[in-house]
Amino acid sequence: MAKILIANRLSDGLVVFYAADGSWVESITDGQLSYDDATADHLLAAGLADERDNQIIDPCLIEVTENDGKLIPVDLREVIRAHGPTIAVDRTI
Amino acid sequence: MYRYDEFDQTLINERAIQFRRQIARRLAGDIDEDQFKPLRLMNGLYLQLHAYMLRINVPYGCLSANQLRRLAHIARRYDKGFGHFTTRQNIQFNWISLTDAADIMVELAEVQMNTIQSSGNCVRNITADHYAGRARDEIEDPRVWCELLRQYSVLHPEFSYLPRKFKLALTGSPHDRAAVAVHDIGLRLHHDIRGRPGFEVIVGGGQGRTPVIGNTIRQWIEPRHVISYVEAILRIYNLYGRRDNIFKARIKILVNAIGADKFRKLVDTEWEQIRDTDLQVSTAEFERINAHFLPPDYENLTDQDDELATIRTQEPAFDAWMCSNVAGHKVPGYAIVNISLKAPGRIPGDISANKMEHVAELADQFSFGELRVNHRQNLTFVDVRQVDLHCLWKQLVALELATANIGLASDIITCPGLDYCSLANARSIPIAQDLGLHFTNSGKLQQVGNLTINISGCVNACGHHHVGNIGILGVNKRGKEYFQLTLGGSADEHASLGIRLGRGLPRAEVPGAIERIVDTYLATRLDSETFLSTYERIGIEPFRKAVYDPVNPSRRVA
Repeated sequence: MAKILIANRLSDGLVVFYAADGSWVESITDGQLSYDDATADHLLAAGLADERDNQIIDPCLIEVTENDGKLIPVDLREVIRAHGPTIAVDRTI
Repeated sequence: MYRYDEFDQTLINERAIQFRRQIARRLAGDIDEDQFKPLRLMNGLYLQLHAYMLRINVPYGCLSANQLRRLAHIARRYDKGFGHFTTRQNIQFNWISLTDAADIMVELAEVQMNTIQSSGNCVRNITADHYAGRARDEIEDPRVWCELLRQYSVLHPEFSYLPRKFKLALTGSPHDRAAVAVHDIGLRLHHDIRGRPGFEVIVGGGQGRTPVIGNTIRQWIEPRHVISYVEAILRIYNLYGRRDNIFKARIKILVNAIGADKFRKLVDTEWEQIRDTDLQVSTAEFERINAHFLPPDYENLTDQDDELATIRTQEPAFDAWMCSNVAGHKVPGYAIVNISLKAPGRIPGDISANKMEHVAELADQFSFGELRVNHRQNLTFVDVRQVDLHCLWKQLVALELATANIGLASDIITCPGLDYCSLANARSIPIAQDLGLHFTNSGKLQQVGNLTINISGCVNACGHHHVGNIGILGVNKRGKEYFQLTLGGSADEHASLGIRLGRGLPRAEVPGAIERIVDTYLATRLDSETFLSTYERIGIEPFRKAVYDPVNPSRRVA
């Protein structure tokens, strides 16, 4: 199963994904997928290096499925991290 | 309410400066996350699922209109335009940038608010009866003691690294609206047989994965000794509480392990060493603090029962609101008004910046510019003239803040759950939304009467599920959300812990199961019996059968 590297950005805490160009992006769609252990190991190593470099916190690999071009994490917790609360955030409450 | 003196203000101002430097060192890489985490937590800054979450203390639930306006400003400028009131009478913001956190502390300090010790293994925000000083049944106002204990416990060097977090709750009324029996220390003001005020001291209560109703270790202690007695308890806990296992570190585990009698003896021995020191509250010190809690400038009014009765007859919606949301006041001609943050389908405890500002205006107009946050995640105006009740209600209706459900089945306590919280196993807010709509649409709210439904998204029990008449606990089974039901819990002066009903249910089956529980109650209750009374009379089995009946699809559970 495909994996993607997720973390929280140190400066603002937002959920970010490791991209192919080595940057951290807010959209899971722009994150780099790994389909094999070697790539996954490379991603995690890069994430840990960026954690040491105080860019991000708690990098970890999560499993994702691809459905009609949309990336959906397998674990509900990570779905919520990637796509936000499942409830309508109603500013008129 | 209490106003900071120069010492409070200096401390808060300096704390903001200190935190700004700590953040700068973290961003510069001078300290790593392991070093920074305890510092940010002691300032109420968590890292949750989506971003940093900032928890702001509302000391014993007391809030001024101007403070609420500042919270609205913070919500709008630094977050997504809304905040969430919690079961600990605090407010949380969910998308706070680390780079803004120190600025927010400065903004809070300007209105005498802070985030100190809203997290961490220390004495947390002290909570209290939200009717304190106003309730008709109150014996003594606990807020002076709340404030003395707040000042005592903030940045206390001996108790900044306790084995685990530590929560105090106070009440001065026979009817417990502050859930004091499920706190690390619960203090209940009452009178002894000679009519002298004193505190009953309850220790070792709590919820979480090991729910416990606290033990009374002292029936009565003179108020002037309450700080020294609390210190003695904290010292014994600090000395003997476990630090090797986070799940065994709360004071309730210690009290249960050695027994309440032995615990009391240890405390009393310690207390004898310190009771007559500076910790004793002098009359002058009491009066200094009490001056902040003197009654407002009440008018000489009479109760308006007849006048209100006429309007209530003409306007059923106003009557329903009066029945559920308005409580008696100890001063003639005044009333206590609860503002429900549980409109059907909305998120319990959430309020937008716009509505915060409107509520602040109404507090200025109708309640001496002050309000309270209560532990059931609603707001309270404690000093409303009865002649103003109808006018206030109409304005609340216009703001969609007049939901008439305080204490009813749709007034549901709900933790943020998996939609926000990194500890949660399941989502609790959608369950509350489902149930709120379900009860409202069923038209049974008034018929069912007082019923507490509390929902937690994990065993940490921030949603107080153990003490809900009906408790709902979200669990994760093989990657799927299920919900376990408990019955018979209560957080009042007859505090009790709910008993688990049976297997967990998938989300879609929860409203139906709750409805069958409620229907069983309605079918078997005698006269005006409450849900809890019926439950105690007939036991759990009829409810279990109603939910897990063999012909019912709810048997299809994991």
